[in-house]
Amino acid sequence: MERTLMSGNEAAARGAWEAGVAVGVGYPGTPSTEVLENLVRYADVRCEWAPNEKVAAEVAGGVSLGGRRALVTMKHVGLNVAADPLFTQAYTGVGGGLVYFVADDPGMHSSQNEQDTRNHAAAARVPVLEPSDSQEALEFTRLAFGLSERFDIPVIVRSTTRVSHSKGLVVAGEREEPPSAQYASDPQKYVMLPGNARVRRVTLETRLTDVRTWAESAPVNRIEIRDTGLGIVTSGICYQYVREALPDVSVLKLGMTVPLAEDLILEFISKVDRVAVIEELDPYLSLRLRALGVPLVETGLQRPGELCPTAIAAAFGEETAAVRTSIDGLPPRPPLLCPGCPHRGVFHALGKMKAVVTGDIGCYTLAALPPLRAMDACVCMGASIGMGHGMELAASTERPVVAVIGDSTFAHSGLTGLLHAAYNEGTGTTVILDNRTTAMTGHQGNPVSGWGIGGRTAPAVDLEALCRALGASVVRTVDSNDLEATLSTLKEEVAAPHLSVVIAKAPCALLVKEPSDPYAVDEELCTKCAACVRLGCPAISRDATKRAVIDTALCVGCRQCVQVCRYDAIVPAGAACDIGGAR
Amino acid sequence: MSVTTVVLAGVGGQGTILAGDVLAKVAVAEGREVKLSEVHGMAQRGGSVDTVVRFGARVFSPVVDPGGADHLIAFEIIEAARKLPYLAPSGRLVVNRRMVAPLPVLIGDLPEPDDLEPALAAHGAIFLDAEELACEAGSPRSANIVLLGAASYGLPFAEETWRSIIAGRVPSATVEDNLRAFDLGRNACAEGVCAP
Repeated sequence: MERTLMSGNEAAARGAWEAGVAVGVGYPGTPSTEVLENLVRYADVRCEWAPNEKVAAEVAGGVSLGGRRALVTMKHVGLNVAADPLFTQAYTGVGGGLVYFVADDPGMHSSQNEQDTRNHAAAARVPVLEPSDSQEALEFTRLAFGLSERFDIPVIVRSTTRVSHSKGLVVAGEREEPPSAQYASDPQKYVMLPGNARVRRVTLETRLTDVRTWAESAPVNRIEIRDTGLGIVTSGICYQYVREALPDVSVLKLGMTVPLAEDLILEFISKVDRVAVIEELDPYLSLRLRALGVPLVETGLQRPGELCPTAIAAAFGEETAAVRTSIDGLPPRPPLLCPGCPHRGVFHALGKMKAVVTGDIGCYTLAALPPLRAMDACVCMGASIGMGHGMELAASTERPVVAVIGDSTFAHSGLTGLLHAAYNEGTGTTVILDNRTTAMTGHQGNPVSGWGIGGRTAPAVDLEALCRALGASVVRTVDSNDLEATLSTLKEEVAAPHLSVVIAKAPCALLVKEPSDPYAVDEELCTKCAACVRLGCPAISRDATKRAVIDTALCVGCRQCVQVCRYDAIVPAGAACDIGGAR
Repeated sequence: MSVTTVVLAGVGGQGTILAGDVLAKVAVAEGREVKLSEVHGMAQRGGSVDTVVRFGARVFSPVVDPGGADHLIAFEIIEAARKLPYLAPSGRLVVNRRMVAPLPVLIGDLPEPDDLEPALAAHGAIFLDAEELACEAGSPRSANIVLLGAASYGLPFAEETWRSIIAGRVPSATVEDNLRAFDLGRNACAEGVCAP
């Protein structure tokens, strides 16, 4: 059998395709993004990026209502946005199979919080399958569609960063013929008026009980008996860590964690002397096993962040590898805005204005770090505009307050914040950082960018007209790389007693196919004032004499530093006395 | 059950992901089970990035633990020092001399670390200048393949397998440059010219 190296996300896409999925829809979010990016490569599946996860879940719900199979993808925090449809889709059940692929991010590699989707799913009363590697990502995703239809319920495939972004060998299968679909109206099942919902609420319990009965003997849950002195109950990536760390212990590997196969769990604990639970994020399994009356070994492993085999081995007194002494005093390497990033000029201006900046989710959140230090808050997608309006109501600072949000984030959930501010006669200023793409997650299209998933052309919303329609009194567009225009426009708008939007527009530096010629520092003219260094551009550093140096290999010629230099010391690379090259 | 763990440590944009992909495919072509893990998203914006490749008869965990790397191939010298705790006591250390200054150093908040070379040499590091060798090969962007060449010298795979996987993985116009880059990296280790 041919085995192919696939990431968990690639394999999940393959599983959905093999299941005959008709539509894939989602919002990009690390570590879930590549599922849809891979699914779109299969010609017989319609894929769409949605403005947000709620819309995605509703589109998928509509596909399911129409009798066809749908996959909806998001990261853990996206499920908060999509929770509203999910909780009631559990009541209505499905037509065609409805599968959520939700990826959690233990350790917050690229997220603002840690959340455990198993608790969301348990609250919504929907089943959860948890793959532990790429092969299972394929098989469980494929299986989820059949389960969804068989038990008339949406099913969540819950991944984590290490499952989604690890590659392993996968044996792929063939595509099932998609079930034929003929829509038949059934309002008692799908119109959740209280009278109908009360009926479906009761059937939800019986449907979940049926799933649990299935799970008691389903091969996704597996008892592995080895040494019976210790038994570990685990799921997902933690199964791999346990096998690595404690190869001789007995394991109950749960592929389905909502609902729990309680009889199987009790069977397992009857076969081993002591039981421990190994899981990341919330004590989801631990609490339920304790509720079943199972005494658990205290591991000390229930804590923030990721687990690893060494931590598990150490918790059970196993010898761990000797570790070399580290070299002290190394400078940290935080992520940072790219050379030529158009966001930089906007935050430089906001810093000069000493603005209070309510921020949002995107690459530009990095402007909170030194040297720009130009962001006061960042909470969740779309929060910046509402929080900016709230700061206006708090009236507790003389400093100007500016909300800053990316183009994709504005389309995601900034519109309603702006509508609120307009409706309630706010006079604040919002900057939309329009870099024509959803950059952080790897350059996906969005409703503003003019292109869609797989690079197909798409209608681009008229952002100025949209902001006016939402109620902004003044909407102005500036070139974010023009520092003076950006600063003067922002100053005028924060001073004006009206609701305004400044669209700071320039393409993401990573999307510019042919960068402009690089610049260099003329060492005769440089006064070592460091104004350019304070932009925080990775291409600009200081030499031993504190003079600025531009790495011409990194410089993309955005000219932002040229504009902040009062001594005309930054010149096209060819004309400099001392051309800073790659170090 | 013997599993070999290789860590490719670098900075976002240095091409560790492509290098890891090539290494994983070479191991697959030579009949090993393989797992590979990499980092996406915010950390890629100029932050520290690691790609971990583990291969053997049966591989469970896709990640590296402290003291667990048999090979640490550092694409950047500060990252070599930062990731040293991952290198097994018997592990092999290959270090690109290039330093990519992190932001606190660029803006003058922290000094550039000095004396990293002797400190790493004390851990048995093999040094090379991957960017110079890449330019010699014809493409400055092939430094990651130079480092793969250096890594390959200590890994149990046939040279021909490496060459065919690289040829299939890099842009077609750059195959010749990349194969030269691979040879230069491999020879640098084989001939000991980059020994400390």
